[in-house]
Amino acid sequence: MASYLLRRVGTSALVLLLASIVVFVGVRALPGDAAVALAGEESDPVAIEQIREKYGLNDPVPVQYFRYLGNSLQGDLGFSTRTGLDVSEIILDRLPVTLELALLSLLVGLLIGIPAGILAALRRGTWIDNTSNAFGLLGLSIPNFWLGLVLILVVSVQAGLLPASGYVPFFESPVANLERMLLPAIVLGTGLSAVLMRQMRSAMLETMSADYVRTARSKGLSERQVVLVHALRNSLVTVVTVLGLQLGALISGAVITEQIFVIPGFGKLIVDGVFTRDYPVIQGVALVTVCGYVLVNLLVDLTYSFLNPRIRVSGGAS
Amino acid sequence: MTTAPDGERGTTAAAPMSQPGPAMAVPPPRQRRSRRLLKRFFRRRLSVFGLVVLLLILSLAVFAPLFGSPSRNDFGAVLLGPSAAHPLGTDDLGRDTLARIAYGARVSMQAGVMATLLAMAVGVPLGLIAGYYRGWADLVISRFTDLLLAFPFLILAVGLAAILGPSLRNVVIALGISALPSFIRVTRGEVLGLREQDYVAGAVADGAGDGRILSRYVLPNAISPLLVQATVTVPEAIIGESVLSFLGLGVQPPTPSWGTMLSAAQTFLTQAPLLAVWPGVAIALAALSFNLVGDGLRDTLDPKATS
Repeated sequence: MASYLLRRVGTSALVLLLASIVVFVGVRALPGDAAVALAGEESDPVAIEQIREKYGLNDPVPVQYFRYLGNSLQGDLGFSTRTGLDVSEIILDRLPVTLELALLSLLVGLLIGIPAGILAALRRGTWIDNTSNAFGLLGLSIPNFWLGLVLILVVSVQAGLLPASGYVPFFESPVANLERMLLPAIVLGTGLSAVLMRQMRSAMLETMSADYVRTARSKGLSERQVVLVHALRNSLVTVVTVLGLQLGALISGAVITEQIFVIPGFGKLIVDGVFTRDYPVIQGVALVTVCGYVLVNLLVDLTYSFLNPRIRVSGGAS
Repeated sequence: MTTAPDGERGTTAAAPMSQPGPAMAVPPPRQRRSRRLLKRFFRRRLSVFGLVVLLLILSLAVFAPLFGSPSRNDFGAVLLGPSAAHPLGTDDLGRDTLARIAYGARVSMQAGVMATLLAMAVGVPLGLIAGYYRGWADLVISRFTDLLLAFPFLILAVGLAAILGPSLRNVVIALGISALPSFIRVTRGEVLGLREQDYVAGAVADGAGDGRILSRYVLPNAISPLLVQATVTVPEAIIGESVLSFLGLGVQPPTPSWGTMLSAAQTFLTQAPLLAVWPGVAIALAALSFNLVGDGLRDTLDPKATS
C-alpha cells in the first residue's frame, strides 16, 4: 500500500509540474504582447521597455518560468491586467460560487442517477428500465447549455417561476441564492445523472449475478437485504471512480452554465479572461483548475484502492 | 436473447440452400461474419432508428443548398414563426432558419468527424507504440496522456481556441487534441492484451517485422473498440463545437453553426422562443443518433458487454 501510495503521489506531482509548464508556455503562445497590454493604449516604446524590465519579461524564458513557479507555490498568481486586482484574491472570491454550483449539481446527479440506475437494473426489461435508458441516452445527447436555455424559456420567461439569471451570495439571502442556483444545478446535474445512471445500472447488473449475491440469497436473506447490503455496496465502488472522472465534465459544464445564467463563478472568469486577453487571470484559473482536478483524482484513486484491494495488487504488478 | 445464436446458425445454414450456384455455396469467412454482424445490428430497433436519423442529418448537410440561401436577408420577414415559405421561421435578420440549420449540419458533421479522425490519426499510433514497445516509450506516452487528462475538456478547448484563434479548422484541432487521451488509452489497453496472443508470438517466430505485426495482426483486432470509441467521440465533438461556437470561440457569425445560432437566439427568447429550440433539437438529434449507433455497434461487436 505504501509503495502504491508513493508512486501515485509521485505521478500526480510530475503531472502537475508538466501542467504548470504547459500553462506557462500556453499563455505565452496567446496572441498579443503582454507588455503592450499592460502599458495600455499609449504605445510609447520607453514605457513598454520599462514594463518589460519591471516584470522581468526580458529575462530568459526558463528564468521566467521558475520565478513564476516559485511565486505560484507561494500563492502569488500576479495581477489582472484589466482590473489590476490580485488574481489569487479574484479566484478565492469566485471559487465558492462554482463550488456551490458543483455541489448542488452533484446532489441532483446522485439523487436522480443512483436510484434510477438501481431500479433499472432490478426491473430489467420493464418500462422502468426502458424509461431510465431513454433518459440516460437523452442526458448524454442533449447539450447542457441548450437545456439551460430551454429551462430559462419555460420556467423563467413563460411561467415566471424562478429568476432567469444572476447571483446572490448564500449568506446574504439563502432563499434568493437557492432560487437562482436551482436551474443551473438541474442543468449541470441531469447530464451527470445520465452517466451515473448508466454506470450504476451496469454495475448493479454485474454484482447481482455475482457468486456472493447468490450465496446471500441461498442463505435465505430477504431480497431487500441482498440488494442493500450485498449488491449495492459493491456497485457503489464503481460509482466513486465514475464521479472522479466526471469531475472534469462538471468543471467544463460549469464554464458554460455560468455563462448562460450569468453566475460570477470560476468558469465565467476564464471565458471573460479569454475575451479581455487578461493573461494573468487565464493563467491563474487554468493552474488552479488543473491542481484541483489532479488532486481530486488522486484522492478518488486512493479511496478506490482502499475500497478495492485488487487494484493495489494489480497496480503494483504493472 | 437465448434465441439469438440459434437464429444466426439457422440463417447461415440456410444460405447455401437458397443459393443455387455451387461457387456461391460458402461465402468467405469475412463476408459471413460481417453479414452476421449486420443482422445482429439491424435487430436492434433503436440503433436502426439512430442510423436513419444520422442518414437524414447527413443528407441535410449534403443537400443544404436545396433549402435556400442561409445568408439572404429579408428585413420584411424578421423573427417569423413557421410558415409555408419558411418551414422553421426566420431569425432577427430575416434569414431562413431551415437553410441555416442545414448549413449548420455541414459545420457540425465536419467538426465531429474531422476532430475524431484527427484524434484517431495521432492517438492510435501513439497507443500502438506505448502498448507494443512498453518501456520508456510507454512511460513518455502515458505521462503525456496523464498531462492532457489533467486539463478538463472545456478548459483545454477554450485555451487552445484562444491561442489558435476562432475558426472551424482550429475548433477541429482543439477538439481533436482534447479527444486524444481516450484513443491513446483504448489502443494501448487493447495492444497490451493482444501482444500476448499466440498468433503474435507465431508471427514473431516467423520473422515478421514490427510494422507487419502491428498492421497485420494487432491493429485489425483492435478495430472494434476503436470504432466504438469513435462513435462516442463524434457526438462529444459535435456538442463541443456548438459549445465553442456558442461562446464565440468557434465558427464566426456569418457562417451558420448550431452553436452561433443558439447564441444569437438568446437575445430573442421572449419574442421568438422557437429560434432557440431548432438548433438545440438539431444538436441533440445529431448526438443522439451517433450515441444510438454507437450503442448498437458496441452490442454487435462485443456481445459480452451487454451482460
